[in-house]
Amino acid sequence: MESIIEIKKLYVSFKEKKILKGVTFSLYEGECLGLIGGSGEGKSTILRSIVGLENPTSGQIFFEGKSIAHLDGDDYTEVRKKVSYVFQGGALFDSMIVYDNLAFPLREHTDWSEKKIKENVSNELKAFELEGSESTYPMELSGGMQKRVAIARAIITKPKVILYDEPTTGLDPYKKRNMQNTIMKLQKRGTSSIIVTHDIPTALRVCDRIALLMGGKIQAVDTPQNFKKSHNIFLSNFIKGIKKGENHESTY
Amino acid sequence: MNGFTQIIHFLGGIVLLLRDILLELRTKPFYFNILLRQIYEIGWKSLPIVFVTSACAGMVLTLQFGLTLEKFGGKIYSPKMLSLSIFREFSPVFTGLILAGRVGAGITAEIGAMKVTQQIDALLALGTSPIKRIVIPRYLGGLIAIPLLCLFSCFICILFGTVVGYFELNIDMLYFVHKVFETSKLHDFFSGYIKTYFFATFIILTACYFGLKVSKGTYEVGNATTNSVVFSSVLIVLGDYLLTKFYWMMV
Repeated sequence: MESIIEIKKLYVSFKEKKILKGVTFSLYEGECLGLIGGSGEGKSTILRSIVGLENPTSGQIFFEGKSIAHLDGDDYTEVRKKVSYVFQGGALFDSMIVYDNLAFPLREHTDWSEKKIKENVSNELKAFELEGSESTYPMELSGGMQKRVAIARAIITKPKVILYDEPTTGLDPYKKRNMQNTIMKLQKRGTSSIIVTHDIPTALRVCDRIALLMGGKIQAVDTPQNFKKSHNIFLSNFIKGIKKGENHESTY
Repeated sequence: MNGFTQIIHFLGGIVLLLRDILLELRTKPFYFNILLRQIYEIGWKSLPIVFVTSACAGMVLTLQFGLTLEKFGGKIYSPKMLSLSIFREFSPVFTGLILAGRVGAGITAEIGAMKVTQQIDALLALGTSPIKRIVIPRYLGGLIAIPLLCLFSCFICILFGTVVGYFELNIDMLYFVHKVFETSKLHDFFSGYIKTYFFATFIILTACYFGLKVSKGTYEVGNATTNSVVFSSVLIVLGDYLLTKFYWMMV
């Protein structure tokens, strides 16, 4: 399988604090890769670096074989048309109604007629069970609906890669399952994706491979089946909620 | 960051923002609908406050000039004094300061909130330049609307000054208006009018700069809004002195 995104020895620092200390992994075409790890480990920073929202201190990011880590302006726009990012909080435009939020990427990057845009938006609204909410503002929607609108906006341009930042956080078990099904459905269309999550059951159900980020580095990458059986100390401690150098009892 | 460093950062940031605007103006797309919206937001929605403040200023200035000059038997000169002070200084500066509060604060708060809720990041991630979509329409909207508001302010000041001159100082209205236009030459008017383009730049760029600089959370939006109003007001009064000196050196 060919890799669509390849990250090599990625370092990112915020002022004095080193967040990523040489992250290396690949995302293959059509694959769904789960990225798990503790809070503040830099999982979202990896996604933000891929879409150019963070400037890496050093290292390389390749998209379709082309180095993108230090692109700027219009060159990055071409990458962003093919790589969609679903923000943790949705990041919907609160001055626009749901319809305009979904139509936004189409109006920006296609020369489609308003009729064709409307058709596509209606299809996505139907697919995400959001019919009837096209005229409402994002603030009037529940958290789960906002997440679904955010995903619908991200996929409406049919990107090659979707980066999900905590897609199931704050959802009830029913909505969580729906979200998992949506991600799996998109994957069947051939879309590659990276899912940043703390939600281990979601990662195990949805992902083809799972990577564990700890201490600024990828500590393990394997299939969900192998992850369950793994004797990797980082992984078993993470799943049990134990920090390095801490025994199980002292956690509580 | 101490005060001096903050000022250097601010001035550098404004220059870089202006550079980005000029660079991005050369390429498509141009958001004409958002520009129209901004002209409405900045211009039309500021009409009531500019009307009230200009009317009060025109009345007060006429009364002060008239009552002071009356002691020396010179109240008939009050239209001359009013027109020069209004056209050269009062309308541009007063309108600028009012708009620094109303428009500048609004823009900073709006962009700051967009930063905090990751909407600016979302624009970037969707392949849209925030400079093109957010900053340029506001800047051009300000450049169009603020000078027009200044013209409106001049008109209202003179109108209400004429009314007060008639009722309080017994100066004939036609005589008042005639003296206003007889006294003020075109260069008097332009010495004030040209300043409004600079004031628009100070207000809008300062507001966008502080809005885009918000990064730490909602509490920073309040600080950014205060800084935006303070810095643009200082730029207006300092710039007013320098522009006045420069203009009269050139004429």
